[in-house]
Amino acid sequence: MIRVNVKFFAIARDIAGTDETIISIPDGSTPSAVLESLAESYPGLQKWMEHLRIAVNCEYTGGDAILNDRDEVALIPPVSGG
Amino acid sequence: MIELTDKKIDVDRVIRSVEEPSAGGTSVFIGTTRNHSDGKEVLEMEYQAYNPMALKKMNELAENARSKWKLTKVSIVHRVGRLQIGEASVVIAVSAPHRKEAFEACRFTIDTLKESIPIWKKEFFRDGEAWVGTEERRKLFS
Repeated sequence: MIRVNVKFFAIARDIAGTDETIISIPDGSTPSAVLESLAESYPGLQKWMEHLRIAVNCEYTGGDAILNDRDEVALIPPVSGG
Repeated sequence: MIELTDKKIDVDRVIRSVEEPSAGGTSVFIGTTRNHSDGKEVLEMEYQAYNPMALKKMNELAENARSKWKLTKVSIVHRVGRLQIGEASVVIAVSAPHRKEAFEACRFTIDTLKESIPIWKKEFFRDGEAWVGTEERRKLFS
């Protein structure tokens, strides 16, 4: 198993009720697997999944990347800076 | 100068940061918090950032603009936390040998920032609050 640090922002943070959590997932897991796991822990996130971008270690990443132990996985809702 | 700050942005300081003898002009964009949004009165705003990634992406954006237009210097400062109406939420200053490059690059920088930098804005209305671009916000307008 690997452990990844998940960061929540904006609407995702409000729904999760926390700004971060650590989850354990099997070796070779992808960001998509992290999202599936989070949707179970935080059902409110379900409807947001298709609008979220994923960043791994501060880089936008596709859902099929392979995660490593201690990676930081951030859920990025539609941005609205400026 | 690439910064996130929870203090009022010192616009003069951002402009001074791109001064250089080889520059022929400086273009500045100041984004300010507006008192209305889609016809509804906005009382105040809150900006939240994914700090390390936002700073990393702001640095990359400044470097992209600098090399694309052969600019002299690029500075981007974005505010986070609670803002009153009329305060500067973002200040971008671009210096270049000639004005055309300064104008174009300044526009590119704010446009790209709004599309891709992980920063979020929440608006506070009389009857509720919501992150921009969410269904919760749309409900406040129905």
